[in-house]
Amino acid sequence: MSALAMTVSDTLVLARRNLKRIPRQPDLLVAYTVQPVMFVLLFVYVFGGAIQTPGFDYVDFLMPGIIAQSIAFGGFVTALGLSEDVQKGLIDRFRSLPMSRGAVLSGRTFSDILLNCLSLVVLFSVGFIAGFNFQDATVGEIALGIVLLLLLGYAFSWVFALIGLFSSTPETANSLGFTLIFPLTFASSMFVPAESMPDGLQQVAEANPFTTITDALRSLWLDTPAHTDIWMSFLWCFAIIAVFAPLAIRRYRQVSAR
Amino acid sequence: MSEDAIVVEGLEKSYGSVRALCSVDFSAPTGSVLGLLGPNGAGKTTAVRILATLLEPDGGIARVAGLDAVRDAAKLRAKIGLAGQYAAVDENLTGFENLDMVGRLYHMGKAEARARADELLEHFELTHAAKRPAKTYSGGMRRRLDLAAALVFRPPVLFLDEPTTGLDPRSRLGLWETIESRAAAGTTVLLTTQYLDEADRLADQIVVVDHGTVIAAGTSDELKDRVGGERLEVQLEDDTDAERAMAALAEISEDRPTLEDHTVRAAVRRRSGIIAEAVRRLDDVDVCVEDIAMRRPTLDDVFIALTGRAAEEEPSEEPREEVYA
Repeated sequence: MSALAMTVSDTLVLARRNLKRIPRQPDLLVAYTVQPVMFVLLFVYVFGGAIQTPGFDYVDFLMPGIIAQSIAFGGFVTALGLSEDVQKGLIDRFRSLPMSRGAVLSGRTFSDILLNCLSLVVLFSVGFIAGFNFQDATVGEIALGIVLLLLLGYAFSWVFALIGLFSSTPETANSLGFTLIFPLTFASSMFVPAESMPDGLQQVAEANPFTTITDALRSLWLDTPAHTDIWMSFLWCFAIIAVFAPLAIRRYRQVSAR
Repeated sequence: MSEDAIVVEGLEKSYGSVRALCSVDFSAPTGSVLGLLGPNGAGKTTAVRILATLLEPDGGIARVAGLDAVRDAAKLRAKIGLAGQYAAVDENLTGFENLDMVGRLYHMGKAEARARADELLEHFELTHAAKRPAKTYSGGMRRRLDLAAALVFRPPVLFLDEPTTGLDPRSRLGLWETIESRAAAGTTVLLTTQYLDEADRLADQIVVVDHGTVIAAGTSDELKDRVGGERLEVQLEDDTDAERAMAALAEISEDRPTLEDHTVRAAVRRRSGIIAEAVRRLDDVDVCVEDIAMRRPTLDDVFIALTGRAAEEEPSEEPREEVYA
């Protein structure tokens, strides 16, 4: 078997394993479906009335941001799953098998893509119910936005893979993920316009890749000016993958139980 | 094969300032069972992790099935099976799915992996639980599934890191029988254990490790011989016979016979004919004997003699076995 065929085969075997687990762990299913719905409803109906978004209904402004946040966090299941695999000694077993050295991680990140597709369906459904509408968006623009989101999710799966491999327990992975990445999503234009933030934070928000990606989605779906946001977004995603995938695989090769 | 299945020479590994292995040597002929015996923190797990290609040594040689554990790691992985003290099974997958997955990761065909999974489930008496997630399994069942996973590819060399730690006596006995049948089938087994009776029963050769060094090696009998000869134990029907019994046995004993719990104990050098002679001597002085037997020293005695303490004591924490590059 060639190295490439082996990697593909091992990745699919492990992706299948990850997907089989989902219906057997109802708490994960909740994370994928109920949690994003809760976020949409909280922001639209609790904060929405108080947030000024000139030129937009708040739900239209919000949806690209909240979808991007949910999809970026879709990889969280990878962090939890990997730290559990390390803790339970499964990684030791995988590392003692004559299998591809990256397959445990690529299997994870690949199954995350499929789970993120499920999240997208849920998010769009609740968005439309709450009143979200595309504005002057062609089918191509809508599709490009979805591709960008899935790529974003894939990139962050590698970030979470690294977090998972560095965490001794799923609880550590949980708190690491939330303290490192959660604030990053809020210091952006995801939920409120960056111009409304105080000096200093505003500059941080404007440089934040989450702002770039959210603005790219708004330009695709709401017909706002695109500037450089779309191609910059893709660049960001590829850069994240290029940095974090090798780091995670390197870590995988050294990690051990206990 | 001319070379031993497992060869370790001058193996070194440190975690920071903790020396987990200091120039360790041992070997196991093909088809034998080698027992690595020692307390927690002795370095047993470190040695197994190096041989199973999970950890790189700082120095020395580690060869398994003729392959170097560092340079030929990728090739070696197709020849070894590993089962650990943490039953490494996916709790959310069923028993069948676990074994099927491992088979596919060894790049067996679909049909072959399934057939092998069914075969192993039956062999390990898990067929009734094949369709249940492993999280519903008992400790013994998980351990059996873990061992089955290590055997999917019929590896010629099997590493078992404390395979029975934490198991109830019945599951332990079952696992011993399985390990014995693997060894009988020609698999070379390296087994680590803190339990002396386990090494005594399973291992052809025992290597005693303590604080990262080999402090003794040999067969179970050889190790026991190092502690001294055998003891004759005579259980008396009546304690009032004790004085006469001890006097009668003094002539064939290496040292003064002792009395404890109605039992007279005498150290003896030779084995053949000693019981008959003892019975004759006791009969001559009208001592009624309830039971008489030869007792060999246990590995417990060996361990205490070698280290000055019992094996079950835990003098230090196992170092956190993690490497930072």
